[in-house]
Amino acid sequence: MTTSTDQLLTVGALAVDYRTGRQWTPAVRGVSLTVRAGEFVSLVGESGSGKTTLIQGALGLLPDAARITGGSIAYADVDVTGWNDRKMALVRGNYVGFVPQDPNTSLNPVKRIGTQVLEAVRFNRPRNDATAYREAALESLRTAGLTDAERVFHQYPHELSGGMKQRALIAIALAGQPRIIVADEPTSALDVTVQKRILDHLAGLRERLGIGILLVTHDLGVALERSDRILVMQSGEIVEEGPVAQVLAGATSDYTRRLLDAAPSRHAGRLQPRLPVRPAGPAGGPVLRADGLTRTYRLHGGRQLRALDDAGLIVRPGTTHAIVGESGAGKSTLAGILAGFHRPDTGTVHAGDHEITALGRKQLRDVRRDLQFVFQNPFTSLDPRFTVRRLIEEPLKAFGLPTGDRVGELLRAVALDEAFADRRPGQLSGGQRQRVAIARALALNPRIIVLDEAVSALDVSVQAQILQLLVDLQAERGLSYVFVTHDLGVVRLVADDVTVMKDGRVVETGPVGTVFREPAHDYTRQLLAAVPGAGLTPAGQV
Amino acid sequence: MLRYVTLKVGRALFVVWAAFTVTFVLLFVLPANPVDLLFDPAEINSIPAEVRERVAENYGFNKPVILQYLDRLGHALTGDFGNSVQSGRPVVTAITDVLPSTLVLAAAALVLAVLIAFGIALVATATRRPWLRDLVEAWPSGAVSVPVFLSGILMLQIFSFRLGWFPSFGDDGWRSLILPLVTLAVPVAGPIAQLLVRSFRTEFAAGYVTTSWAKGATRSGIIVRDVFRNAALPALTIAGVTFGNLIAGSVITETVFARKGIGRMTQTAINTLDVPLVAGIVVLVAATFALINLIVDLICPVLDPRLRAALTAGAPA
Amino acid sequence: MIARRPFLLLSWLVVLVAVGWAIAPGLFTSFDPLSGDSAASFAPPSAEHWFGTDRLGRDLFARSVHGARTTLTATLLAVLIAFGLGAVVGLAAGFAGGVVDTAIMRVVDVFLAIPSLLLAMVVVSVLGYSTHNIALAVGISSIASFARVMRSQVLTVVNQDYVKAAYGLGVGRFAVMWRHVVPNSLSSVVALAALEVGAGVLAVASLGFLGYGAPPPQPEWGLLVAEGRDYVAVHPWASILPGLALAAVVIATHRISTSFRREAGR
Repeated sequence: MTTSTDQLLTVGALAVDYRTGRQWTPAVRGVSLTVRAGEFVSLVGESGSGKTTLIQGALGLLPDAARITGGSIAYADVDVTGWNDRKMALVRGNYVGFVPQDPNTSLNPVKRIGTQVLEAVRFNRPRNDATAYREAALESLRTAGLTDAERVFHQYPHELSGGMKQRALIAIALAGQPRIIVADEPTSALDVTVQKRILDHLAGLRERLGIGILLVTHDLGVALERSDRILVMQSGEIVEEGPVAQVLAGATSDYTRRLLDAAPSRHAGRLQPRLPVRPAGPAGGPVLRADGLTRTYRLHGGRQLRALDDAGLIVRPGTTHAIVGESGAGKSTLAGILAGFHRPDTGTVHAGDHEITALGRKQLRDVRRDLQFVFQNPFTSLDPRFTVRRLIEEPLKAFGLPTGDRVGELLRAVALDEAFADRRPGQLSGGQRQRVAIARALALNPRIIVLDEAVSALDVSVQAQILQLLVDLQAERGLSYVFVTHDLGVVRLVADDVTVMKDGRVVETGPVGTVFREPAHDYTRQLLAAVPGAGLTPAGQV
Repeated sequence: MLRYVTLKVGRALFVVWAAFTVTFVLLFVLPANPVDLLFDPAEINSIPAEVRERVAENYGFNKPVILQYLDRLGHALTGDFGNSVQSGRPVVTAITDVLPSTLVLAAAALVLAVLIAFGIALVATATRRPWLRDLVEAWPSGAVSVPVFLSGILMLQIFSFRLGWFPSFGDDGWRSLILPLVTLAVPVAGPIAQLLVRSFRTEFAAGYVTTSWAKGATRSGIIVRDVFRNAALPALTIAGVTFGNLIAGSVITETVFARKGIGRMTQTAINTLDVPLVAGIVVLVAATFALINLIVDLICPVLDPRLRAALTAGAPA
Repeated sequence: MIARRPFLLLSWLVVLVAVGWAIAPGLFTSFDPLSGDSAASFAPPSAEHWFGTDRLGRDLFARSVHGARTTLTATLLAVLIAFGLGAVVGLAAGFAGGVVDTAIMRVVDVFLAIPSLLLAMVVVSVLGYSTHNIALAVGISSIASFARVMRSQVLTVVNQDYVKAAYGLGVGRFAVMWRHVVPNSLSSVVALAALEVGAGVLAVASLGFLGYGAPPPQPEWGLLVAEGRDYVAVHPWASILPGLALAAVVIATHRISTSFRREAGR
């Protein structure tokens, strides 16, 4: 084993088991990796690949239900395998800094930011006086990109935005002046423009401080764009390893190639249906039209939040209209109003000839036969007590329609085996659940489906399958979609028209090609520039 | 902020008023003939009608219900809950006579219970030995399962009759306080410990604890600096339940150990159907409950900056 | 699955035996609970008299076995009252929302403000002393806490995506309530009901101990402890052994309700 001090972190054939009930299931099966000084390494994998378990193992932060069954971990040339908490505490913070996944839960809510950074400074630096500690903490906040460090020092976590919280966490990771930083999905809970700034900053730190960075991510685009070297993990094993250029040029494993194909940013144009397109129906007026929608929420003590401000859109028959924007843009509020879940304060929505904003509860029910909705999270949108059959039958029974073989037919339409009919949602994977949710939305043969972030909770390879399914169904049945998403890559794959939203207002709207090629608005340009992997040319792909 | 305080005070006052009303309905309206409640059931048939009428008039039972209600409410507002049937003394005096004794017992038991509960939660979180954690975590559900009258009797049997360490009854000196104190503290500690064990466990798995580990903090440091305050806050939410347990426990403890106090007075008052005294006690207890919840509602924003922020933001500009 | 948790298995066994005592006391003891041999007063526990005898020479094991019926029937009745009314009130509050919710919950607040033992004592003093009235009183005094748990569950479920989805599919309001809200809210209320069985046994026995229940010759667990209390210095088993039987049943129901809660949490 080479023990050059150049290697900051060396993991050798690490194996970790997880306890499920009485059994131990392997989560990481003999994984090796190294990070050298000044190197940016990314570890890519989908959920369940064992990537988080691997770095928890490396940091000695495994939960009680997991145990290391083999392999070694070394920082610099110190082998720390089997060290207890007390000894590991000397390594953590001091030699290795950690940036956690969710900034919203990773700071202590009842302590000021300053106190939390100060602790990290005190644990890891030689005895010193209070002023020096304070100065070091402030310096650390500044290095993390919080220019107004004095103010942040006295604030509580809830007073900061998500991006600022993540910077505070980076400050905590930097406070012990570590040689290497391990970041576990540090930006997956953040908006895409914030993600870009945080990643830019991490990359800058590496250059400025000469530290090594190990980034764990599910987003191949992010990994390819930022790192020197990437490792791809699947089912607890490394299936691909190498410099970015090499992986892009010729991935050796099938899995990596599939991931590359699935990444939305790698496709230049819209997905094509795998079936012959149904001859276009009579091209009539818009199937869904919204005008001047305004919606204000009243907050505590009379303050108001304008979630929608004079928003509108037009959905052409048989096409997909995407609504994009970052959190707080009002896109989900808009989707809820389009689907008739909420009423706007002012403005109208027309579905065909009906003005649904003017309908009573009963009449609205009838419109539902034409207008269906698919939720973001397939883990919460299906009643856990129902079987798949009952779930899909529910809309049919609600309207007193015969069920016949509709369940089997609908399951086939979403490419699920009929054997799934008697299972419950708990026995299905995320992708399978979302297929069931789509089958349920199709049961009444609607003309319009509103999909609210319908693929955002899914892994990228599953996401690709669901998107293809949606495109196929559209071609086959002449459906119109309203597709709400935060992911511009996905928009390019499925949408014909796009509406960009910011702070409740429509910033820009038009055909996808036009808007993406010649964005008229600054904000649209920012969004497009922030898409991870946007700069990478599709390597010989369509 | 002002709106929040007003709202909470208003709610507390409503609870006290409503408790008074419920008690009035239960004790003065529902019984077919409330006068009967004033006499010993065994002698009821031997009492001349004329005496009954005089008593009814004395208590105002012959007036319309609504007038009786307003009359009693008016007096209650000035602190007059009428006279105890048994002793003939004003209800308020009867209560204030025995109140200190119960207060000492309940306050001491509460302190002991909180100490026990925190001790259990801390040991369960801090220990790395699974068997010790299981053992300690099993204790609270045992504590709430053993009836107070049984544990009191066991205490008496062991520490008073067998070992002779403490007197078996009475209320003079600290030695007579020990056994009732422990008897009362154990069932009160149970639910608090259950809640704390759960919230310590949840908080110990929280994201910010991972951050602290990564900072290089040690297990005990994390428990003291990070987990403790976040995990202790939920204990305040069951202050009401705790208070109820204290009251129920002191009724039985005071009976078992023959101590004077509100608990035993309640039992005697109900046994002798001393209606005005019972009404007075119920209203007093409800008022204390409302006061405790009010204090908790006012303390929470002080301890939790998120709550404080939500309230200050809500203040009229 | 149960076999892997010996303590849970034991708990079920204890509860089953207690239920057996209540249903067919004759199978477990041949002694008469009401009359005894006064010559054999205060016999210590022995092979013949497992729990010993009381002042009148009655077999205390027999009295405990027969007492199970009084105590457990009263508990069952109390839990049914609390569970039934509490669930309905909580469902109404949570599902209707708005003014109805506020009004119901303010009333519930008031009942929560009076400790349940105290409320039960007042109710029983109005209704008169008897085991049935104890059951009624304990039941009434627990309605409020059931209502509160049910309401908070209903509020959680009502805000779940699958409920919103059902409306979106065109399912009517009451169908949504029956098919989605009620079944998904009940699971944790059922766990509470299991817990309440333990608390109910304790409350019924406490009221019995204070002397508000069945008149003396009748055996009832709380009353058995109270009767033995006067002689505890000399004949401790007379109150402690029936008391331990009672505690065993309560501990067992607690353990079982914990396992229910874990199932419901899954």
